Amino acid sequence: MAIGKLGAPPAVGQSPDTLLTRPTWTEGLLSWLTTVDHKRLGILYIVTSFVFMAAASFEAFLIRLQLAAPGNTLLSPDVYNQMFTMHGVTMVFLAIMPLGIGFANYFVPLQIGARDLAFPRLNAFGYWVYLVGGVFLYTSFFLGDPPDVGWVAYAPLTSLSNNPGLGTDFYMVGLFVGGIGTLVTAMNLIVTIVNMRAPGMSMMRVPVFTWMMLITSFLIIFAFPPLTVALFQVMMDRTFGTLFYVPEAGAMAILWQHLFWIFGHPEVYIIILPAFGVISEVIPTFSRKPLFGYPVIILSGIFIGFMGFAVWTHHMFTTGLGPVVNTAFALTSMVIGIPTGIKVFNWLGTIWGGHVRFTTSMLYAVAFLITFTVGGITGIMLAVPPFTAQAHDTYFVVAHFHFVMGGGALLAFLAGLYYWFPKLTGKLLDERLGKAAFWFAVPGFWVIFFPQHFLGLMGMPRRTQTYVEGIGLELWNMVSTIGTFIMLVGLVLLLINIIHGFVRGKPAGDDPWDARTLEWATSSPPPFYNFARQPVVNDRDALWVQKYPESVHGERVPEEASEPYDRHGAHIPGQSWYPLLVALALLPFSYGWLYDNMWVVGLSMVVVTFGVYAWALEGVGGRHIHFDDRRDPQGADEGEQA
Amino acid sequence: MHWRRRLLGGLAFVAVLLTAGCDLTGPQSAMDPAGPVAQAQRDLFMWTYWLSWPVMLLVAGVLAYSLWRFRTRKDEDPKALPHQTHGNIKLEVAWTIIPVILVLLVAVPTVRTIFSTEYVIDRANYTDDDVIVRATGYQWWFKFEYPREGFVTANEMIIPVGRRVIVELDSADVLHAFWVPNLAGKRDMIPNQDNQVWFSADRPGVYFGQCAELCLGAHAYMRFRVIAKAEEDYQAWVEAFQQGAERTQLVRGDPLLEQGRTLMAQKGCIGCHTVDGFYPGVTVGNPDFPDLTNFGLRTTVGAAIRDNTPEHLAAWLRDPQAMKPGNYMPTLWRADDPNAEQEIEAVVAYLLSLGVEAPETSATLGGSHGDR
Repeated sequence: MAIGKLGAPPAVGQSPDTLLTRPTWTEGLLSWLTTVDHKRLGILYIVTSFVFMAAASFEAFLIRLQLAAPGNTLLSPDVYNQMFTMHGVTMVFLAIMPLGIGFANYFVPLQIGARDLAFPRLNAFGYWVYLVGGVFLYTSFFLGDPPDVGWVAYAPLTSLSNNPGLGTDFYMVGLFVGGIGTLVTAMNLIVTIVNMRAPGMSMMRVPVFTWMMLITSFLIIFAFPPLTVALFQVMMDRTFGTLFYVPEAGAMAILWQHLFWIFGHPEVYIIILPAFGVISEVIPTFSRKPLFGYPVIILSGIFIGFMGFAVWTHHMFTTGLGPVVNTAFALTSMVIGIPTGIKVFNWLGTIWGGHVRFTTSMLYAVAFLITFTVGGITGIMLAVPPFTAQAHDTYFVVAHFHFVMGGGALLAFLAGLYYWFPKLTGKLLDERLGKAAFWFAVPGFWVIFFPQHFLGLMGMPRRTQTYVEGIGLELWNMVSTIGTFIMLVGLVLLLINIIHGFVRGKPAGDDPWDARTLEWATSSPPPFYNFARQPVVNDRDALWVQKYPESVHGERVPEEASEPYDRHGAHIPGQSWYPLLVALALLPFSYGWLYDNMWVVGLSMVVVTFGVYAWALEGVGGRHIHFDDRRDPQGADEGEQA
Repeated sequence: MHWRRRLLGGLAFVAVLLTAGCDLTGPQSAMDPAGPVAQAQRDLFMWTYWLSWPVMLLVAGVLAYSLWRFRTRKDEDPKALPHQTHGNIKLEVAWTIIPVILVLLVAVPTVRTIFSTEYVIDRANYTDDDVIVRATGYQWWFKFEYPREGFVTANEMIIPVGRRVIVELDSADVLHAFWVPNLAGKRDMIPNQDNQVWFSADRPGVYFGQCAELCLGAHAYMRFRVIAKAEEDYQAWVEAFQQGAERTQLVRGDPLLEQGRTLMAQKGCIGCHTVDGFYPGVTVGNPDFPDLTNFGLRTTVGAAIRDNTPEHLAAWLRDPQAMKPGNYMPTLWRADDPNAEQEIEAVVAYLLSLGVEAPETSATLGGSHGDR
């Protein structure tokens, strides 16, 4: 298999008798199944996470309908438990976190002027594992019972004697498998960001979104192992009868909470830091000013990530760890308010003195600022253990984390969606429809979640499918349920807008927002090779400097912004079956574990092992393309294909 | 500036509306403290709440002002460039110091309150004046033991006003949490772990409690009450419980109550439920199920989900799953049992007579009995 005009490199393990040859489809379903293109995988991530988000929204809708009035019998207690568990698990693991990873997949290489991630096949593997984990979790609705122990799955509720159904196994195995995908993607992003930046892009010139993804990826690498250990302990307990979390045998069940939250709190920042990154792209673009205090934003991101590992017991203030532990973790938790506050002030400083354009994207960014600030303030309140003694496990906490996760991360990602949609599709989303959707979705969100602060203070615990009449909870529960209908209208309009944009959106052009970073330097959508010429970076906001050199350099003439066409062309990674194959082999592995069938587990491990070997030995593949500097890069010679 | 004053006025109005305008008090509200611990917790919350207003007004105000002031006007060149500032060291130092000061303003009272409300009292330091209760969480009810007074009850904790109550917490199965918002914040009940919570009540009253840690099944119905009584009323209650066995004997003679008592044995009630003195000298029931001694003194049915009236008690006996879905109480009468209603009436009468000094006859049942 030749790779273009340079001829085949010395064949390292590349043998003609490889089981599956590297596919070369460029269109159709098979090209998507075997793709290793970061942009296609990014789109797959984004679309998949929206599908899961729709499922989670449906579950949330049922929850709110059940709680509209006390004593409602729409959902039985068991079904209600399944709904809020799946809502939480889906939103955290299958919707918001993959949405951030999806944006990262698409835009990190573009922002740093690279042609792909460092390990394209690993990237494909990460996506397929995420999909396998998610589909596996959702088949629980058809195979017995979905998990019903809450997204935190506290031991000993998960022990076999307390929870004999399959639901808990779905949770443990599903997250165990899905976590593999997240881990490899994080490693991939780190290697990419550290090694593949365009010439001249020093770390302090890296776009903020990419910076935040770098921090996020390190958080993933350090946070997921404790979760994996804890999940595996429970899997061992349930399958092989070990006694890690069996209180009858003397187990200290609180160990699960420590392991879970030393993952779980960084997980919160794994979700919110990419959102900070998006906001730090959107606000400068629509203010036509550089980000205010770029180094401070980066450093506070690093500080938040680092401190994220030192605050986990603030989720455990009521477990009786004692006043000294509570004091220590209260102080570390409050300290996180400082860099977060600094970020908010810096975003305000970016708007100040700018030329603000109220696009839908900017509206979502503004809504993020307000909503996230409220969530941050209630976060400081919840860092106060004596208050948390009252508020813990009540609707006050529910309101708080929806303000930071939904109102924070999700609104930021919606800002990102409106901002980047033209780059993803080459078409604009309709601004009028977008604003109409905004004015339903965001006020609806506030109507749903703001009253829940009151409910929590009035003593309504979370995770209960009904509440007592006559203690003042009826009014605000009804208001909250009404809010879901308002927000639903907004989400439906958003969906219509996205479909409308795909089908008949106006052409966007390469740079519809007059933006600042390198992803806007290439066409929309970008060609499979991203950039015909290797961009060269000589300042922060690389594209902005090219467009408005005088605004940054004064009279000084800037250096050439990109290298001439590379005579050597570029190597485009080849497609492969193996990432999909290995990921799919984890599906029978999961079901085998679920039904205690160790033959199936063993067999799928054999397939995984074989697949990884074949993957490693399948050879370089791909193709070499040449860019002709006499022609437009769009017409680049695609070279020969094997 | 006219509009600025109007904006501030509007925001102040919203603030007033959000605080004074909405009444968050209630029998299960953390905003309605009835004892010093809950009071300290609420005071700390209110301190952080008032501190949050200037922060919120600052952020929202600066945001609103800068969006308005720096909006791109219609007649402006969309390509025009504002001044490209990258930052300002003085400003950034300033807005690093502001959150530091705010955090310190929260942190100092927080640490003080942690150490004044959350310290653990060693058993060696219990005083004679303390009321000691051992609370055990079960799926889905609470057992309350009074080790000093020597009796057990369920789902209702009676305490004297003004004295320190130390509750030792344990769980028999999964995690639960002991939470009476009016008196103190919650503390988890964890198997194999000795937890403790203490508080006191300033005034007599009925304070609602609820399990706050997911325990599946009937978790939403796992409620209890703490009833604070004046000292002499409390002593009378303790005395009644200490005479549990003798009081159980008070029912002898009335045919309806005798029938109820017989049914308690026939239907297997006493296989699980303890009634002190049911058979003189013999202990019936199982300590891992709710103790029914002196049930006539209880104010609620089914772990504090209904008032203890004959109607509610009869409904509970007729179909426990209807009132409290998921609980472990079996349905004792088949739907087509012709004697069901009469027998339920007898058991209700018997249960409501337990512990009541002047046992009432069936003729007077259906009144306000037990609605104390």
